Amino acid sequence: MTIIRNVRILGGELADIRVAHGVITAITPTGPQADVISGGRPSGQEGAGGAGPGGVVGGADGDGLVVDGKGAIALPGLVDLHTHLREPGREDAETVQTGTQSAARGGFTAVHAMANTSPVADTAGVVEQVWRLGREFGHCDVHPVGAVTVGLGGRHLAELGAMADSAARVRVFSDDGKCVDDAVLMRRALEYVKAFDGVVAQHAQEPRLTEGAQMNEGVVSGRLGLTGWPAVAEEAIIARDCLLAAHVGSRLHVCHLSTAGSVEIIRWAKSKGWNVTAEVTPHHLLLTDDLVEESPVGAYNPIYKVNPPLRTRADVEALRAALADGTIDVVATDHAPHPVEDKETEWSAAAMGMVGLETALSVVQEAMVETGLLDWASVAQRMSVTPARIGRLAGQGQPLEVGAPANITLYDPSVRTEVDPSAFVSKSRNTPYEGMTLPGRVVATFLRGRPTVLEGKLV
Amino acid sequence: MNRHLISAGDLTKDDALLILDTAEELARVTERSIKKLPTLRGRTVVNLFFEDSTRTRISFEAAAKRLSADVINFSAKGSSVSKGESLKDTALTLEAMGADAVVIRHSASGAPHRLANWVRGSVVNAGDGTHEHPTQALLDAFSMRRRLGGLEGRKVTIVGDVLHSRVARSNVLLLNTLGAEVTLVAPPTLLPVSVGTWPCEVSYDLDAVLPKSDVVMMLRVQKERMNAAYFPSEREYSRRYGLDRDRFAKMPDEAIVMHPGPMNRGMEIAAEVADSARSTIVEQVANGVTIRMAVLYLLLGGESA
Repeated sequence: MTIIRNVRILGGELADIRVAHGVITAITPTGPQADVISGGRPSGQEGAGGAGPGGVVGGADGDGLVVDGKGAIALPGLVDLHTHLREPGREDAETVQTGTQSAARGGFTAVHAMANTSPVADTAGVVEQVWRLGREFGHCDVHPVGAVTVGLGGRHLAELGAMADSAARVRVFSDDGKCVDDAVLMRRALEYVKAFDGVVAQHAQEPRLTEGAQMNEGVVSGRLGLTGWPAVAEEAIIARDCLLAAHVGSRLHVCHLSTAGSVEIIRWAKSKGWNVTAEVTPHHLLLTDDLVEESPVGAYNPIYKVNPPLRTRADVEALRAALADGTIDVVATDHAPHPVEDKETEWSAAAMGMVGLETALSVVQEAMVETGLLDWASVAQRMSVTPARIGRLAGQGQPLEVGAPANITLYDPSVRTEVDPSAFVSKSRNTPYEGMTLPGRVVATFLRGRPTVLEGKLV
Repeated sequence: MNRHLISAGDLTKDDALLILDTAEELARVTERSIKKLPTLRGRTVVNLFFEDSTRTRISFEAAAKRLSADVINFSAKGSSVSKGESLKDTALTLEAMGADAVVIRHSASGAPHRLANWVRGSVVNAGDGTHEHPTQALLDAFSMRRRLGGLEGRKVTIVGDVLHSRVARSNVLLLNTLGAEVTLVAPPTLLPVSVGTWPCEVSYDLDAVLPKSDVVMMLRVQKERMNAAYFPSEREYSRRYGLDRDRFAKMPDEAIVMHPGPMNRGMEIAAEVADSARSTIVEQVANGVTIRMAVLYLLLGGESA
């Protein structure tokens, strides 16, 4: 039995959550009649780690664990639809172990590991390997994403059925990093995955329009002399894919929306009743392309290089509004670790991507909650419930109620701290938020009742 | 003035005029039989060229040597990545050698900005990708001023591949600072989509702009653009945007013709036009040395002079 005291489920009234055998067994209001003293700690259970929220105040060995949330918000464990764990192949940037530790620190209890590893996750063998590594380390559930095409080559369908039937039970397929730009191949993929209720997650990028593209095509790229990545290259593919998904009656998920135009297209597709979902990354909700020209870390700093690129303020506003009104279904991190040497270069030579697992919830709070666009229940919907539904994960993203798996994230939104990359548990430090002050802190994460993070630290 | 010269946009009007006036003084020295000044004795200038550009390198080398600086030519052809050494490591090497100024030419836009994070000396941008080439803009302004007197209110037309031109970007910024009125002329495919936000006019019609121009600056059309559907053919480009004899005749009598070189004779500019008395193309080369002397003098000479 584990007791999590003094937490506000989805930001509501103070409650205690009791957990046994990985399942929530009781939720009761925290009251003065409970064995809590005025300091907010259960009486007689003062522990060494009991100072901060999410601290252990009882036995830490699983059974009889008592955690004092000290008013922290309790959310269903976060689910990321878009994570790059880099293993196999780029273990210098991240491994399943460090990536899932990073996820747990960020409040995630499940991540979808993208397929662009080396070798590519395009066979049952590779996805099972990644899935098993996730189980072994146990920091959070790892659900491999299968490649749509062999070697991400965009020519031949990978064995999607074999990956779906494997121990990893793959349901999300993506060539992320590359676009399935061949219209026939995309049509076939959308059709084929219907057999096992899969979904194709498209990285929407028309390749010819983005040859050599370095940043958003606009005022800043024109001044900086960097090859532009035009919004139309994203929007044209999204429009086509929505039409294809409607035509074959399948399920489409659009990765990392970045433009106001993409939002309009998704809104239109949903108005037709088509089965289309979309995600936005935390960085596209907060950062703009101006940073490439002017920022505290100097012009042309590749820490801001990401694909799709940072866009304009108008795009950011449209993405926020779309996430608020449900046009965009989920926040997904696109956590993309890179070693220092791949970023400490001239702009065009640098790798694209940003780490994001450990800052995701804080950025969402800053962009969406502090602005009054989302409440905590809606955050839970967009960062846990819906991503789990899109990924068809049975044991994740369930409301915090009796009988549900005890995947719980405790979050203290009241603090503001400067982002310090050296404190990340990810192997990589390529964050655009270094030195920025962001709100909130994940104080504890529970995976099926077992704490993976307590007092903000890995267990 | 800033410690570095990376963008023409970093220069205030006073900075720019100081450089031009200093160059004017130095030009007198250059006209003497003994061209050398002792100003930068004991200072080290590194020419760090990741791209082949013999003309620009020699120009900077001559400028530094005429000011008695020690010059190290560091040629790192090809990208730093393909060479296996990062730009940062190259920068740290130069730092260890005690470079007072690093003149950098690089195929990547923004490489000088990155370099400036890793060296203590002054960074001079000698052309970065499709971004800027500020000393070219300065020597162009210097050449215009010498021919036309002042730049205030002068109408300068820049014709050609603006999208990929570092010369055009630097010229638009500097000429705007100096009070000239710039018009860019190009096929729409060779203009940035955001060109409307630049401090200049834009036209697709060269013939309409020529009669109102005090200066016509022709940009080089790179061979690789010809195969990438920016325009249908070399001949069509030349017909619509080339400065041939007939178009030259439409220019006012006092107007001058410029080209940063190297030229495609018969493509963007006819041979007769390039070689005419109203062409400043050869002067531009000589003025290049003078303006680079002024830049190095002002960046490095200030504290010891």
